[in-house]
Amino acid sequence: MKTAPKNGRRPVRGSRALRTPGGLSLRLDVRALVVVALLLVAALAASVVLIGTGDFPIPAGDVVRTLLGDGDPGQEFIVNELRLPRVLVGLLVGASLGLGGALFQSISRNPLGSPDVLGLSQGSTAGALVVIVLMSGSATEVTVGALVGGLATGAAIYLLAWKQGVHGYRLVLVGIGVNAVAVAVNGYLLTKADLVDAARAVVWMTGSLNGRGWEQVWPLTLLCAVLVPLVLANARGLRMMEMGDDLSHALGVRVERVRALLMVAAVLLTAAATAAAGPVAFVALIAPQLARRLTRLPGPNLVPSLCMGATLLVAADWASQRAFGADQLPVGVVTGVVGGLYLLWLLVAERRAGRI
Amino acid sequence: MNRLSAEDVTLAYDQRVIAEQLSVEIPDHSFTVIVGPNACGKSTLLRALSRMLKPSQGRVLLDGQVIQSMPAKKVARTLGLLPQSSIAPDGITVADLVGRGRYPHQGILRQWSAEDERVVEESMRQTGVAELADRYVDELSGGQRQRVWIAMALAQQTPLLLLDEPTTYLDIQHQIDVLDLCAELHETQGRTLVAVLHDLNHAARYATHLIALKAGKVVAEGAPADIVTAELVEEVFHLRCQIIEDPETGTPLVVPAARKARARTAADAS
Repeated sequence: MKTAPKNGRRPVRGSRALRTPGGLSLRLDVRALVVVALLLVAALAASVVLIGTGDFPIPAGDVVRTLLGDGDPGQEFIVNELRLPRVLVGLLVGASLGLGGALFQSISRNPLGSPDVLGLSQGSTAGALVVIVLMSGSATEVTVGALVGGLATGAAIYLLAWKQGVHGYRLVLVGIGVNAVAVAVNGYLLTKADLVDAARAVVWMTGSLNGRGWEQVWPLTLLCAVLVPLVLANARGLRMMEMGDDLSHALGVRVERVRALLMVAAVLLTAAATAAAGPVAFVALIAPQLARRLTRLPGPNLVPSLCMGATLLVAADWASQRAFGADQLPVGVVTGVVGGLYLLWLLVAERRAGRI
Repeated sequence: MNRLSAEDVTLAYDQRVIAEQLSVEIPDHSFTVIVGPNACGKSTLLRALSRMLKPSQGRVLLDGQVIQSMPAKKVARTLGLLPQSSIAPDGITVADLVGRGRYPHQGILRQWSAEDERVVEESMRQTGVAELADRYVDELSGGQRQRVWIAMALAQQTPLLLLDEPTTYLDIQHQIDVLDLCAELHETQGRTLVAVLHDLNHAARYATHLIALKAGKVVAEGAPADIVTAELVEEVFHLRCQIIEDPETGTPLVVPAARKARARTAADAS
């Protein structure tokens, strides 16, 4: 535990160290822990309510009982086969987007440096549209197309922004350029499409959890199981890199290696999430911002952003179903509206504070 | 043999060669200051000494080993660098920023030891920022902020510390303040300090070892009292001047010749 200061100075806010006699020590921030715990509770609660929401409402108590394997068979089918996978996809997609967004914002040292702005979402969309419009492919093929599109876009941004290392502003500028190209390609593909394909494309482009099942849950779970620990193991280096490449290099961080690794992870997370649910707007942009305002900590805030993304997406899906009935409004519309309003509020607040 | 040296290094950015066949020894326990006109390669040399820039030829040796071949964290426990431009992350407190200097001593299972805490407190005390520990770095004045950065570099606990123009953008009293702090660290802790400075008079006053660079070559090196002469200043900076004794410290003080006197000599020469 942090020792009380001798000279009457108040202790460093909220930071605690856990130490064992063996020389191990962990640094924990109390406020961040509380935020993460509250977000997890919120995500869990929203999930239970969401599973209970639909044409056939189920009380929360029954949902929990069924999930624990003690429900009646009729509810069991609806809960475990229809609604649980959809909610799990929502949680995983939200978590991936939240974490991917936090990584990109930290690497680009720009609060707007999220995958939406850098063209990754549009790149995934291009991949999906090629499959829908030119090949009239199946849902699985669309997913693969979106994944390929996202990864190719990520690789293109990295290579174009590379000049003896990748620097924040160049990453953002190149990303905006790539985004513009992808938007043009997508516009062209849409004008080429016939009415049925165009409608299908637009629904995909809005981002939706409708009809998502176990076949999306497993690949996402596997990907997160590999990438999240990998990212967290490099989080301390990323924290140092916020002070500039030279200083973090001087402190012993292998800057280019950490950056390349984390960028690959962020691109994979975002591309996989987009392939599973479509380009759900704004989650990657606002989850890290909100998480940061709650923890009030400098640094990438990776775990809080991940939890915030999951909570936001499931809550938005619930709100869209609640307000407009089951399967009426894709979740991307809600995150877009909420995200847009949040961004405006942020800009107004920052301007009042005299920061922009 | 000295701990840090550059042997016949060629330093270049892309195709632009800054220095060729440059050799420099940093005497142990010295306060070495590198001076020279703009674009003479002094910051580039510092970048090479701190492994930010890989020499295209030659090598930089730290404790007898080629610096690039050493593990990153091991170098970071021996040699610290305070670059000219560092970014204080938004909303970071002084104590948190200083604590980041402990990175090379930490690991994933050793994130914040009692030793880390002690060193951070001590570094803040030595630099006089202990009472600012909970303040946000954004709120501080330029002079205070530079002290905080130096505290962070101190927390790294390296026997060698490199500073790239630590006094730039500071008012005169803060410049002296930072240099006094460096001199004190050098005297009381026996650390080897290497700084790039713009002001020749500051360099002559504070350095125990001076390296004068011009166009990527060492023109002179040694104790300021031995090497700072009117001829050297004219050769390195193209400035006619008188050297008098600093009335405060007895070190050489450069007094540029009056404008008319310089104009006269220029006319004579042509």
